[in-house]
Amino acid sequence: MTRAPSDAVGASAGEPAQFPLVLGLDTFGDVTHDDDDRPLSHAQTIRNVVEQGVLADQVGVDFFGIGEHHTDDFPLSAADVVLGAIAARTTRIHLGSAVTVLSSDDPVRVFQRYSTLNAISGGRAEVILGRGSSIDSFPLFGYDLADYEDLFEEKTNLFAELLKGGPVTWQGKTRASLRNQDVVPHTESGPFPAWIGVGGSPQSVIRAAHYGFSLMLAIIGGSPARFAPFSQLFQQALERFGRAPLPVGVHSPGHVAVTDEKAREEFWPRYLEVIRSVSKTRGFAIPTKESFLYEVGPQGALYVGSPETVAQKIAANLTALGATRFDLKYGMGGLSHRALMTNIELYGTQVTPRVRELLM
Amino acid sequence: MTGGALSSLELPRIAVLGAGHVGPVIARVAIAAGYDVTIAASGDPERIALITQVLAPGAEPRWAADAVKDADIVVLAIPLHKFAAFDAALVAGKLVVDTMNYWPPVDGVQELFEDRQHGSSEIVQRRLARSTIVKTLNHIGYHELEDERRPVGSPERRALGVAGDDPGAVDVVAEVIERIGYDTVRLDSLSAGRLLEPGGPVFGVSIRRTEFELAVHAEAA
Repeated sequence: MTRAPSDAVGASAGEPAQFPLVLGLDTFGDVTHDDDDRPLSHAQTIRNVVEQGVLADQVGVDFFGIGEHHTDDFPLSAADVVLGAIAARTTRIHLGSAVTVLSSDDPVRVFQRYSTLNAISGGRAEVILGRGSSIDSFPLFGYDLADYEDLFEEKTNLFAELLKGGPVTWQGKTRASLRNQDVVPHTESGPFPAWIGVGGSPQSVIRAAHYGFSLMLAIIGGSPARFAPFSQLFQQALERFGRAPLPVGVHSPGHVAVTDEKAREEFWPRYLEVIRSVSKTRGFAIPTKESFLYEVGPQGALYVGSPETVAQKIAANLTALGATRFDLKYGMGGLSHRALMTNIELYGTQVTPRVRELLM
Repeated sequence: MTGGALSSLELPRIAVLGAGHVGPVIARVAIAAGYDVTIAASGDPERIALITQVLAPGAEPRWAADAVKDADIVVLAIPLHKFAAFDAALVAGKLVVDTMNYWPPVDGVQELFEDRQHGSSEIVQRRLARSTIVKTLNHIGYHELEDERRPVGSPERRALGVAGDDPGAVDVVAEVIERIGYDTVRLDSLSAGRLLEPGGPVFGVSIRRTEFELAVHAEAA
């Protein structure tokens, strides 16, 4: 037995060449701090996220995504509204959720909101659907956590119907039935891209393939290469369902600064604090400096470092996973808006061109 | 792993119940350690055939009742919120490894487990009264289980706790954990197994055997 991550790889994973390389940024809208390290208001945090999205467009990032959360530390509960504001100030970047917690939302409303975003942005909307590992939305909207699997299955089914366009007839247990229902706004040119975010559930991989959604692997800890079998599972399931291949993406957290040292110094104390505060509710172990450095290293899931370090790691893992898309989840509660803007600028001007060069 | 003179015919046969996040990973490391492994979900094995083939090649997908019938060890790797509906008769007379945890914020509040006097595996044992429960693998991340395996004698070899009321059953399960690639620290009751639970001193912590022993003894003292 060795510790090589390739242990987890049964065979080569997928054929990445057929989809364009997409390099994006995701945020959970963590509350940022001012220069005196005091937390900014929710309102200011949201306005800052709009600025961050606009900058991402200016520096050539392909995608900007916002993950729905509902807590004091993560106040971006209405991601689509924020994305609409970014859409109005940009022309190129694609905009989407990362993720929409579909289990506790109404698929009809999700479709309407993102179809509206698609209209505002001239066809730049995407949606990444999640079952909900961040579970604050369940009690908030009156859902039982124990039902999350059934809720997600049924709502994914309805969302797939809605995306086809045209009147929908649907029946289920989680919302009112639809009979030949026209759902507006119509999209201009077919369905917008839809992905399913998967954290480790093989059933979710099968489900994505079944409904013809692309696969976004959320890799937030441990060896990225252990997800390679999920890529294989996805492509084999698509084949079994008689579908054409679809792209696989990777979402992972990180922080880019001018040097490796600066990136680590900025990120580590915030990471420790955030994980410490969620460890009780999410069952995460509290990180040590040693475990952090392991995650930052080539075997781990964090992309923290200089542009060169981060680019090398992205390129290596996309190859190992048979993936053609990488979304860096930037930001960590308590970092400053200024540090996040630097991160975005370095990502767009240095990391993404370097990854493209490495994967040529 | 090397050093095992036993063929897979002489090793206990393992049935993994659950094909979600956890089940296929346990099946995979058990196969790598030389065990015969079957895997079952709640329904038709055909539904987990592809998952098994890709994520745990070598494991045999079966109906749960068939998998359990032929197994010496049954590994319960279902989400805890599904346990209340789990059929106790299915595993009657079997040695059952409980890998589950109770996290109300993740699973929702589960009436059955809202008992601060008892650990979750004690409650599992109470409900599966005709089975012998051993608690382990709950305190290592499913994403770590494969990466952190090390051969016997490696200075990096991580320790895992194995707790149960039946010392013979604890020995059988500890042997499996050791063959998979971990040292073990045995705890002589399911009640003591509460030390392995979320919030406990060894939960999610990658430590060697001596540190593990110190941690659980300090807590128990």
